[in-house]
Amino acid sequence: MTAKLFGEPVGRREDPRLLTGRGRYLDDLGSGALAAAFVRSPHAHARIRDIDVSGALDIEGLVAVYTFEDLPPRVAEPLPLLIPHPALAHGRTARPLAKGVVRHVGEPVAMVVAHDRYLAEDACALIRVDYEPREPVVDVEKAAEGGPAVHADVPGNVAAHLVQEVPSAAGVPARQMIESAPYTLAFRLDIERSAPMPLEGRGVLARWDLDDRSLRVYSSTQTSTGVRMAIAARLGLPLPSVEVIAPDVGGGFGVKLVHPWPEEVLVPWAAMVLGREVKWAEDRREHFVASSHERGQAQFVRVGFDGEGRVLGLDVTLLHDHGAYTPYGIIVPIVTSTQLLGPYRIGAYRVEFSSVYTNTVQVTPYRGAGRPQGVFCMERTMDRIAAYLDLDRTAVRAANLIQPGEFPYDQRMTFQDGRPLIYDSGDYPESLRMIKELIGWDSFAEFRAAAAADGRRVGIGIGCYVEGTGVGPYEGGHVQVTSDGRVHVSTGLTSQGQGHETVFAQIAAGELGVPLDRVSVVTGDTRRLGYATGTFASRAAVVSGSAIALACRKVREKALRIAAEALEADPADLVVEDGVIRVAGSPGAAIELATVATLANPLRYAFDAEAARATQFAAPGDPDRPPIAEGEEPGLEGRAYYSPLRSTFASGMHAAIVETDPDTAEIKILRYAVVHDCGRLINPMIVEGQIHGGVAQGVGGALYERMAYDSHGQLRNASFMDFLMPYATEIPHIETAHLETPSPLNPLGVKGAGEAGVIPVAAVIAGAVEDAEGIVIDRMPLSPSDLFRLREEAARRR
Amino acid sequence: MLVTLTVNGVRRGASVPPRRLLSDFLRHDLALTGTHVGCEHGVCGCCTVLLDGEPVRSCLTFAVTVDGREVTTVEGLARADGEMSPVQRAFAECHALQCGFCTPGFLCAVTALLRDDPAPSERQVREGISGNLCRCTGYQNIVKAVHRAADLIAEES
Repeated sequence: MTAKLFGEPVGRREDPRLLTGRGRYLDDLGSGALAAAFVRSPHAHARIRDIDVSGALDIEGLVAVYTFEDLPPRVAEPLPLLIPHPALAHGRTARPLAKGVVRHVGEPVAMVVAHDRYLAEDACALIRVDYEPREPVVDVEKAAEGGPAVHADVPGNVAAHLVQEVPSAAGVPARQMIESAPYTLAFRLDIERSAPMPLEGRGVLARWDLDDRSLRVYSSTQTSTGVRMAIAARLGLPLPSVEVIAPDVGGGFGVKLVHPWPEEVLVPWAAMVLGREVKWAEDRREHFVASSHERGQAQFVRVGFDGEGRVLGLDVTLLHDHGAYTPYGIIVPIVTSTQLLGPYRIGAYRVEFSSVYTNTVQVTPYRGAGRPQGVFCMERTMDRIAAYLDLDRTAVRAANLIQPGEFPYDQRMTFQDGRPLIYDSGDYPESLRMIKELIGWDSFAEFRAAAAADGRRVGIGIGCYVEGTGVGPYEGGHVQVTSDGRVHVSTGLTSQGQGHETVFAQIAAGELGVPLDRVSVVTGDTRRLGYATGTFASRAAVVSGSAIALACRKVREKALRIAAEALEADPADLVVEDGVIRVAGSPGAAIELATVATLANPLRYAFDAEAARATQFAAPGDPDRPPIAEGEEPGLEGRAYYSPLRSTFASGMHAAIVETDPDTAEIKILRYAVVHDCGRLINPMIVEGQIHGGVAQGVGGALYERMAYDSHGQLRNASFMDFLMPYATEIPHIETAHLETPSPLNPLGVKGAGEAGVIPVAAVIAGAVEDAEGIVIDRMPLSPSDLFRLREEAARRR
Repeated sequence: MLVTLTVNGVRRGASVPPRRLLSDFLRHDLALTGTHVGCEHGVCGCCTVLLDGEPVRSCLTFAVTVDGREVTTVEGLARADGEMSPVQRAFAECHALQCGFCTPGFLCAVTALLRDDPAPSERQVREGISGNLCRCTGYQNIVKAVHRAADLIAEES
C-alpha cells in the first residue's frame, strides 16, 4: 500500500546532504576557476572622466581587466527591461559596466579576472577611476519635486505614472464617493527600504567548452531558464549551446529573480574570451550596494466611510522609490496598488502611483513584493476608522469583508500578470473568527488591565491580507519511469530552500502510486527542462506542482494501457500501489511498474537481462501494427505544462500582542498568531516553516531593518554589523492555525504559501504598538529610538 | 606558509599566504566546502567551526594561526559509520533548515552548546544560538531542534 503522501508532513529529502556539508552552492563549485572581482562606484552620482588600470597590471596572478571600452557592443549595451508596461514611459536599466556615468554607490565600473579572489581584489584596489561627482538625489520626495536628475533624459525623475480607478457599483468615482461619505479621513503612511538579504549572495560560474563551442553556466538564481535566454541573446550563442543550472541556492527572497545581472553577462563572456572557467561569488558589501532593495514607499490616503466603518471610497497616492534603475518594470507598485484591497469589498477605489528614480540601489521585488506596503496602508486605514468611530478594530474589518458566497469576487482591476484581479475562493469571516480566538482578542482587555496593574504597557494588533499567488504564464513537469522502477521528475523552476524536491516527490509518488524513495526531483536545470518561468510570487507548488501532477497522470495512463495489454485486462480494472500494477480483485495478476517501463521502449538490443524482455523476438507484438503505435512515443515518460487561467488568491490574518518598555521604549512581541489559508496543504511542515520564516522577515522589517542612506547616497549600514537582521533572541514563538479553502482553478486545489508570512507583519506590529502607547504609528520600521521620539513629541503636544 | 592541522580527525596541510582566512583555507585549499561564508565580517555565523572544540568564526581567523590545532567542520559531525549526529538528526526531524546555507554554522554552534549544557532552557537555547543568523526559518524550528537534540543525546548516552 502506498502511504498517503499529499498533505503529510513528510521529512525533507534535501536535508541529508545539506546537514552533512554535501550541499553544492555556487562557490562550492568550480575549484580552480579564475576569480572575478569588480571595481564599483564609491559615488552615488558621478561622471567618469578616466579609468587608469595601469597600476593593476603589475599584480602577479592578474589575468585580465575590462572596462566598458573593452566590451563588444552586444555585451556592453544596457541590460534588458524585463517587464515592459505601457505606463513605464521612462524605463532605464544599467549597463553591465558603467559608460560615462554612475548612478548609485556600488555600480560596477571595471571587472578584474585573476588567479584567485584575493589577487583580483588587490588589482581592483589599484585601478584609479577619475570621477567628477554630481549632486545626487536620495530622498524620493525631493526626487519627485524636481531634484537633480538621476537620468539626464528623464524629466522630473518619474519613470512611470499610473492611475487606476474602480468606481462604485453605481458608477460613482472614488473621490466623489469620499466627498459624499458621512465621515472622511486623510493621512500619510510610510514604509522604509529594506532588502531580501539571503545569507548566500549572488554568484555565477561559467565554463566555456572550446571543443563543443558550448557554454555551461551555474548561477545562484531564481530563474535558470531566464538567465539562459538572456545569456544566449547577449553573447550571440545558439540557445541549444547554452545550459544554465541553479545549484543549491542559499536563499533568494526575490533578489535572485532579477536577470541577467551584470555579472551574469560579464562572467560568461570572460570565460568565452579567456577560454577559462571564471567564477564570481558576491561578498556581503557587494550585496548591500549592488543587488536590489525594496519597500520604500510614501503613501497618501483619503478614505470615506459610514457609521459602521464600511469603506465607501478610498483614494490612495503612492510615491514609489525605484532606485536608479527599473529592470523589473513597475511590478512592485502595481502589486501594492492591487493587493492593497485585501479581503475587503471597497465601495469605490482610486489609486495613483509615481515610480521615481533616486541615486540608490535599484528596487525589485522582495518577498511580499509591494504587499507589505499595501497591507500597511489598508490595515492602518481600518484601525484609523475604528479609532474615529470608537469601534472595535475587528468589527470594522468584519463590516468590510467579502463574504464566502461572493466568490469568485471580481475586484475589477488588472493584476501584476496583466489578468483580471478575481479572487477564486476564501472564507474571510472564518479567518477572522479563528484569529480572534487564537490570540484571545475578546479577553485582551483583562490581560491589559492585569499588566497595567503591574506597571506594564501592552497592546494588541491585527492585520489581514490577500495574496495573489501562482501567477503564470506557465511551468512544466517532466516525469520519466526508468526500467529500474525509479521515477525521475524535473521542473524548470528553481529552489532556494522551499523544499521543492520533497513536495514535488510527494505529488509524483501519490499520483503514480510508487514509494516516495523511488522518486527523485531535479529543479532549475535547463538540461532537463528548457521551458520555465521561475520561482517567485508563491507560484512553485501551484504551477510546477500542477504541471508535475498532470505529467504523472499522462504517465500513469500510459502505464495502465501497457499493463492492461500485458495482463490481458481492462485498464479500468487496474490499480497501482507501491510501484506494482494489479488487477483489482485478482491477486495473482500483477506487473511491476519497472517492467512496464521496459516494455514501453521496444528494443532491438538487450543491454541487460531485464531489457531482453522488450526485444523484438521476446515481445513480438501485433504484426499488423508498428512497434510504437501512431501518436505514441518510446519510454514511460510524460511531459505536461500547466498554464493558470489567472492567479489563485491565498489569504490570512495575523495578530500580535506587544509590550513596550515605559522607560527605554523597547518593543517586545509577547505573542504572535497566524491564521493562514493556502488551499490544500501538500506538506504542512513545510508550509509552517515558510510562515515562520516570513513572519521573521516581517518582524525584521517592522522593528529593525532599514537602509540608512545619507544625503550623499552613501549606504551607512552596509554590513551585518549595522543592518540589524533579527537573531533568535528577537523572534517570538509563532502560533499558527490553518484554514483550507481549495482553489477551484488548479488540479491540486492549492494556493501559494511562500510569501504569506511577511506580508501583514508591519501593519500588525504598528497596530499593537499604537494600542499599547496611544500614539499614532504611521511609519515603519519602528526602533526604540523612533518610539522614544514619538513619545516626546506626543508629550509636547499635550 | 605551510599550515598543518587536524581537520575532522585527519592530518591535513597546505601551503598558503599568511592572509588566507581559515574559511577560505577549509573551503578552497582543503575542498571542505560545507563551511559557508555569509558576511566575512564575523556577524552571521555561517562559517562557524569548532577549533579545539570551541566554536569560532573561521572568517575572522587566519589559517596560519591554527597551525597544529584541531578543527571540526560540518563534514566531521557525523559518526564514522556515516550516521548523522543527534544534532543533525534533530535538525532534519524538526525542519530546522530551509535553504541550508546557515545550517553548518548552527550545527557546529549547537554541538558545542549541548556539550556544555546538556539540558538548556528555551531562553538559554535562544541565547546560545544568538550568534548565528538564519534568514529562512524564523528560528522556531531551530530552537525546537536544539531541545530535540538534547533529548536524543540524553537517550543515547
